[in-house]
Amino acid sequence: MSNDIAIRVSHLGKKYQLGGPQEKYLTLRDAMVNSLKAPFKQFHRAPPAEGFWALKDVSFDVEQGEVVGIIGRNGAGKSTLLKILSRITTPTEGTIELHGRVGSLLEVGTGFHPEMTGRENIFLNGSILGMKKTEIEQKFDEIVKFSEIDKFIDTPVKRYSSGMYVRLAFAVAAHMDTEILLVDEVLAVGDAQFQKKCLGKMGEVAKHGRTVLFVSHNMQAVRNLCTTGILIDHGTASEKNEAGIVIQNYLESLSTSKDNSDFDKMLNELPQDPVFKWEEIELRQNNITVYQTIENGSPLEIIIHYCVKQKTQGLRIFFDLCDTDDTLLFRSFHDEQNEGIPVMYPGHYSSFAVIPADLFSPLSYELRLFSTIFNERICNPVEGIRIPIHVERTGKTNSAYLSEPIRGKLAPFIAWTTVRENDQVRSSHKL
Amino acid sequence: METTRENPAHPVPTLIIRPPKRWVPVDLHEVWEYRELLYSFVARDVKIRYKQTALGFLWAIIQPLFMMVIFTLFFGGFAKIPSDGVPYPLFSFAALLPWTLFAEGLTRSTTSMVSNAGIMTKVYFPRLVLPISGILSPLVDFFIAFIILIIMMAYYGFVPTIAIVLLPLFILLALATSLAIGLWLSALNVKYRDFQYTLPFIIQLWLYASPVVYPSSMIPEQYRMLYGLNPMAGVIEGFRWALLGAKPPDAMILVSVGVVVVLLIGGLFYFKRMEQYFADVV
Repeated sequence: MSNDIAIRVSHLGKKYQLGGPQEKYLTLRDAMVNSLKAPFKQFHRAPPAEGFWALKDVSFDVEQGEVVGIIGRNGAGKSTLLKILSRITTPTEGTIELHGRVGSLLEVGTGFHPEMTGRENIFLNGSILGMKKTEIEQKFDEIVKFSEIDKFIDTPVKRYSSGMYVRLAFAVAAHMDTEILLVDEVLAVGDAQFQKKCLGKMGEVAKHGRTVLFVSHNMQAVRNLCTTGILIDHGTASEKNEAGIVIQNYLESLSTSKDNSDFDKMLNELPQDPVFKWEEIELRQNNITVYQTIENGSPLEIIIHYCVKQKTQGLRIFFDLCDTDDTLLFRSFHDEQNEGIPVMYPGHYSSFAVIPADLFSPLSYELRLFSTIFNERICNPVEGIRIPIHVERTGKTNSAYLSEPIRGKLAPFIAWTTVRENDQVRSSHKL
Repeated sequence: METTRENPAHPVPTLIIRPPKRWVPVDLHEVWEYRELLYSFVARDVKIRYKQTALGFLWAIIQPLFMMVIFTLFFGGFAKIPSDGVPYPLFSFAALLPWTLFAEGLTRSTTSMVSNAGIMTKVYFPRLVLPISGILSPLVDFFIAFIILIIMMAYYGFVPTIAIVLLPLFILLALATSLAIGLWLSALNVKYRDFQYTLPFIIQLWLYASPVVYPSSMIPEQYRMLYGLNPMAGVIEGFRWALLGAKPPDAMILVSVGVVVVLLIGGLFYFKRMEQYFADVV
């Protein structure tokens, strides 16, 4: 595949008018037309309102066959970008060049009508997505097979379960045959098994040399499917790079947005739990309180102050150490090293935990603290108290290799010994 | 807004997207390219109209039939309105057919964009397809009711004149009228929903402004041309002429056609101009 450009975006901007289309009296012709429309305009709000730039000065190129993940916070402008590329809304400034037919997957099941059968909806949806009737007829059996609907194909779609509906809708969309594919967060549909199938199909599509733009919040999917990533931040394309790098930068930018006064406030404002109340959480290293950035060369103390409100059996405090992709690295319970299930009486308590030095890699992690009642429930907040931490590399290493990055989610201290073998020693070291 | 051209070096089409100008050229060629989608929308609207109803397509006949009965009773019977020598039931039914085609077409196309808002915000297609599908779907009802009209004509012993070959033209004129108005109203309705609520009222007034319950010969000579500004006047008189051998419509029809042409072209341009805002505003 040559380096042909499939998509070229130059200085794209989109301004949304917050009060409705602005009427500017530029020419006499416009003024005349406006006065003819005056009878219909009596409900128009008097001052043309402010605009809001959803996208400003966005420029990037996408090559043929590239699979690009578009990531960014909610409201950054990712979906607006896709809408403009799909010609659903028009740009305010800039130009876009598209080389190839464009298929847009902004929603699953666009145009599905509940009164029509699965068969009829396949043709309707396919037609709406831009497929010709002959194309749909050709692919009909494949679509039905992919959707696993089979014998229900001739019942009205309103009788389908939500899973069936979504599978059928995705099956049609997955068989779009355009050179460029724009996908907007639609892979989060169906059960886990079907999601895997969808991702598989997307991957297949990508391998066939199609150019794909994929907007998603699922970092795992983006990492697996995409070669490059574009980060959209507050309406601009702030970065285009290898997918892994862009994801890393994006996730790190998320964690620095909290600060400590917010944290204490958050603790106080947690929904009340009848049994347990978080009072204070502190991280310390080298006798100093640390907040978001810690070093891997010193042990990390986690100090938790809490209040038990009722006599409870099986109350356990634990934390999860997770990486930035939500993968659990390890979990540790406060009573792991004890025996039996304790009973805790009402009162104030503190628990201390120490994560040893030389364990973390110089990465971003998330520490999640939970309290749970064994075999019953997790106490509020159920999703845990999440503390993002960023680890700096300070542990003792061979200084000759300082410029080498540490790879791996954890970098525990492992004791190595190396001995030069001579003939006498070899025989006793035989494995 | 955009230009599309085949790039001879590569077989794939190239598309350039730019900010649109105020006045966008009307691209009927693109609508033709999307004719399969147009067909899909019309097929969908026709299919779902009568799904899960016991009477199904009979509803297409019941409405004009009942209106004819009421009109015959009150206008033909009690008010004794003349009907140009044609039995009143046939007189009004022959008018109700194109009238219903027009009224339904206008109603459906006016609301076409708002009812398809979901699709409009997710997929690209030339938005003109929607009001056009709105005026075409009542054609099915029209043809079903037409069968009843033929039966009625046979019952009253009316044989159509040679002018029947012009009937398709009058049907076309009715469609053009509903499209012309529909383009304006559907575009306006996207932003100002008032229009779909005033529509039943407008249609009711229009019914009485058209020669459905009375013949246009009742209109005094000096007002004839003014009356012709209502294109449906020309359509209905044309229908009666082609089917029932009534008086041919006079120069009034030229005014009707002129009005439709102006409104249609104006409507196309207005629609294209507002199209760029639809997805943002609907």
